[in-house]
Amino acid sequence: MVTTEHLRERIPFWRDERVLRAAAQIISALVIIGFIYWMVVNFFEITQQRGMSLSYGFLKEPAGFPIAESYVPYDPTMSFGRAFLVGLINTLLVSVFGIVFSTLLGFVVGLARLSSNWLVSRIALAFIEFHRNIPLLVLLFLWYFGIFTRLPRVKESITLPGPIYINQRGLYLAWPRLTESGSIFLISVVIGVILAVTAWIVLRRIREVRGRETYFGWVSLGILILMPAIGWFGSGGAPLWVDVPVLQGFNFKGGLRLTPEFAALLVGLTTYTAAFIAEVVRAGIQAVQKGQVEAARAVGLRNNQVLGLIVIPQALRVVIPPLISQYLNLTKNSSLALTIGFQELFAVGKIAINQAGRAVPVFLMVMATYLALSLFTSLVLNIYNRRVQFIER
Amino acid sequence: MTNLSKEENMRKLFSAMTAVVVLSLLAAACAPQPAPTVAPKVIETVVVTVEVPGETVITKPEAYGTILARVRERGKVVCGVHTELLGFGYLDANGRNIGFDIDLCRAVAAAVLGDPEAIETVPITAADRGPVLQTGEVDMVTRNMTWTSKRDAEWGNFTWIMFYDGQGFLVGKDSGIQTLQDMDGASVCVTSGTTTEKNLASAFADAGLTYEAVIFEKTSEVYSAYEEGRCDVATSDKSQLAAVRAGFAAPADHVILDLTISKEPLTPAVPTGDDQWFDIVKVVMWALINAEEYGVTSANVEEMKGSADAGVRTLLGVEGDWGYTTLGLDADALAKAITAVGNYGEIYDRYFGPEGIAFTFDRGLNELWSNGGMIYAPPIK
Amino acid sequence: MRATAESIGPPAPPRPVEWVRKNLFNDWFNALLTIVSLGFLYFALVAIVRWALVTADWRPVTVSPLLFLVGQYPRDQLWRPGFSLLLSTFLIGMSWGVWERYVKAFAIFLGILLGVLALIPLETPTITFAVRAVFLVNPLLIYLGYRIGRLGAVKGRHVAMFWLIASVLMVLVLLPGYKNIPALTEVPTSAWGGLMVTLLLAVGGIVLSFPIGVLLALGRRSSLPVVKISSILFIEVVRGVPLVTILFMFSVILALFMPAESRIDRLIRALMAMVFFSAAYTAENVRGGLQAIPLGQVDAAKAVGLTNFHVTTLIVLPQALRMVIPAIVGQFISLFKDTTLVVIVGINDLLGIGGAVLNLSPEFVRLNMEVYLFIAVIFWIFSYFMSYASLQLEKALGVGER
Repeated sequence: MVTTEHLRERIPFWRDERVLRAAAQIISALVIIGFIYWMVVNFFEITQQRGMSLSYGFLKEPAGFPIAESYVPYDPTMSFGRAFLVGLINTLLVSVFGIVFSTLLGFVVGLARLSSNWLVSRIALAFIEFHRNIPLLVLLFLWYFGIFTRLPRVKESITLPGPIYINQRGLYLAWPRLTESGSIFLISVVIGVILAVTAWIVLRRIREVRGRETYFGWVSLGILILMPAIGWFGSGGAPLWVDVPVLQGFNFKGGLRLTPEFAALLVGLTTYTAAFIAEVVRAGIQAVQKGQVEAARAVGLRNNQVLGLIVIPQALRVVIPPLISQYLNLTKNSSLALTIGFQELFAVGKIAINQAGRAVPVFLMVMATYLALSLFTSLVLNIYNRRVQFIER
Repeated sequence: MTNLSKEENMRKLFSAMTAVVVLSLLAAACAPQPAPTVAPKVIETVVVTVEVPGETVITKPEAYGTILARVRERGKVVCGVHTELLGFGYLDANGRNIGFDIDLCRAVAAAVLGDPEAIETVPITAADRGPVLQTGEVDMVTRNMTWTSKRDAEWGNFTWIMFYDGQGFLVGKDSGIQTLQDMDGASVCVTSGTTTEKNLASAFADAGLTYEAVIFEKTSEVYSAYEEGRCDVATSDKSQLAAVRAGFAAPADHVILDLTISKEPLTPAVPTGDDQWFDIVKVVMWALINAEEYGVTSANVEEMKGSADAGVRTLLGVEGDWGYTTLGLDADALAKAITAVGNYGEIYDRYFGPEGIAFTFDRGLNELWSNGGMIYAPPIK
Repeated sequence: MRATAESIGPPAPPRPVEWVRKNLFNDWFNALLTIVSLGFLYFALVAIVRWALVTADWRPVTVSPLLFLVGQYPRDQLWRPGFSLLLSTFLIGMSWGVWERYVKAFAIFLGILLGVLALIPLETPTITFAVRAVFLVNPLLIYLGYRIGRLGAVKGRHVAMFWLIASVLMVLVLLPGYKNIPALTEVPTSAWGGLMVTLLLAVGGIVLSFPIGVLLALGRRSSLPVVKISSILFIEVVRGVPLVTILFMFSVILALFMPAESRIDRLIRALMAMVFFSAAYTAENVRGGLQAIPLGQVDAAKAVGLTNFHVTTLIVLPQALRMVIPAIVGQFISLFKDTTLVVIVGINDLLGIGGAVLNLSPEFVRLNMEVYLFIAVIFWIFSYFMSYASLQLEKALGVGER
């Protein structure tokens, strides 16, 4: 006969799981909170002794230090807040362009690695192995100190038709800029782009649903050309003027300028990240079942159609998550810019700490900004990722 | 395994976070005041306040005598130095740190510990100079450092100006630049985080000129960029420019303009609070200068101990008290220092003289006051 | 039907002409690519070789290889890093003997590398016969360690203990020295530099961050909310910020959180930063492994009566950690490359010494490309062979095979 005596036996409390769990929670909470408390107490004591202020009021004071490159107007009399904005914009610029270019280059190299041409495949392999095995900082030094600063001097610039000038102070291009009447043109261009994209999406959907041809490509193209043309004439026929770089004194003035610091950073980050992206792309493409490719060929699709319509869309499922982490790495790696003379967010923060002495507020700001950038990037890309994943039952 | 529901989780999370927030607020409210330290020999420490907008700067004082005790116990003097500035602080082919600033550190070690090699050189970047003094990580900083009121208030005590310098500009000889106005629109290379950077910005702003800044973290990169031609002008202390120019492939193609846009008195500094250590380093510096005035060199120290001049005898510790009892040093501490590194002129010439191992730099303002320069020290007696 | 003996057999390898046609010129696009690539390769290689042999001035590299190896370590105390090197290679040999498949590729690579380095015909005053001898002895030591490790009496736990003792001996006694022992004069960490510091930071970083990472991964899966939230916060924050900010935090900001009297050595601060950073990534790697353990294992263990603690330590962790060893090795390789960032906080690792070498003599200031290329090659060799060893390790572990 089964007795239930033993069930009423009291479990000694040191073996009772519920008690142990509660005790563990309390102890761990005490340890962690105690540690934080100790650090916070020390922190306040020391900052009080050193007279270091923790307020963010200094952001309004004049910075007093120059920044080599800024895409919004900046001079040393402007505030620290302005300097940080400049740094942030620099970081964003490098990150966005870096992500775009490295994705393009990474896909190309990844596909080249899988090419049936032995030579092309091996060259891609060399590219990938070279960049994966050296540290990014060394690569940046090589590009900047080894190559970009060795370009010819300003007076002996390489001149290309355009005019385009290449020298050790940068790449200078002729660039169109808006005149006073140009704002109408700008608005029309923006409207044109929005309408063209909308037309593309809507007409394509209609074609899928209704099954009849809507020539969405041609329609979009037409809108894209028509709207700016209207704007061109609407603004009186001269909305743009060409800003040509001219050598004045020491430097070229005018035109669009790409500094060697920015260029070296962009090239270094792009090639470095592209090598990793290439490997990810290769893994993704190889993950697509061979049967898919064979079936596509059997149906009569050409090679590039197989690639574009069958392989890559399926490969994207495998590719996107590691791609996201590569993008995040690129954004974080942009902080190495300070070693080659490009002042992005971290560099500005370091200079600010040096010149203004508010180590902790500045540092917290910088870290919080990077965190926000990382979280935002991964959030946006995860939305795309969810759309691309297999929808399982 | 129990499965806590989502609401329970949220509640626990909230209570934990509230606890953390409350505790930190409590901690902030009752942050303890620093207890005053009492040492055997307490000299009143003066709290220096500087009117910086909205901020009172108080540095934590070290007590009198602590640094000397620490140095003696450790057996070496720790100096924050440069490792990449030719002439002032750089590495020789064996990795040994040598230079004008290093010799000042060795003089202090010879005076305090009797052995000029009892030093530990810590390479620090320009950005570290203040923090290492504030935390007391080093005993002194001899790193080509300009004495300013703000730095004196915030970083530490500046001992005695050992090199009078000024910020100047290095340009190519055929660039045609001779005045500040000629530099309008030029590219200027500068090191990040230095007073040089700020002086440059204000000089150009005051003159209403513009320039293109090319900013690097490391001083060596600034000059290699300048030499490559990345910028038209390099700016820094004139001594640094001379050091660097000597190393160029064609030094004669570059010229340091006469133009000086700021005063740069280069001074060794020590952490605040310990007046005894402050006085010790100062008196060693004075001794080096006085030695040159008296004609005492590292070679003739023994001979000069028998000099007819009472001042020399006091300096070398033969008679009299130049303060060594209060400072806790030996009577012949200064003599040891001079024997180890030589007098001011010898140190200067070792690196910057006609046969200097670094480069040649005219003494100019760094001559003794009796020869028309500004090197002047109070008497040792 | 004629089935002759010759018709059955593996296909003969393609003749060169056929191979070229099949692989390089199989259609017009590939043919075009081949021609373009060949042209590009030709010009690139010619330019590079010409630069390397004719225009480049390799003096900064040849004048003092010791600087790249040990930085400013006093030259009369070189026997100490030398001895550390010999001890390490001997232990690597023993590890190879005991855990054959895992360590083999790495041990052989190391032996060959050190042997080759010993024999490079470089005439500089700093490379004395003693230095060459030290390098040359290493392959022998590896082999000796291997033979000893193969002896039945030597087990894995013995070797692990030897490693522990040796590490403590090297890092805490031998290299820094101690004031009161005349034979071991104090060498402050500011004098350490070069490849020695890079390896110390990388190995120290991975070894010390591993237990912390495991704890964090377990904490993240814990059902205790405080522990779980703290772990998640730590991991996500550290993974979301660049390594330079963490290095900067430890070298500048840390002093504000500690009592004013304590001053932590600068190299230790950098090491702490690397450990901090690496722990978060290790935690994510280990978490992947933990998630891959089937719940059935845990249930079975509980059914047998093991406590939670025993389930974790005896059942879950051993399996999970075996699965993540390749990821950990990958983490080590990337940490090894990330140690270059300590240049920014003033530590003279291999890259930092490169900067110092450029200032040795005024003539070297312009020779950036040579020095940095040399450093790049050193990193490349180490990284590539570590990756290769990692691949061998994966094969040995049977990861990815069912």
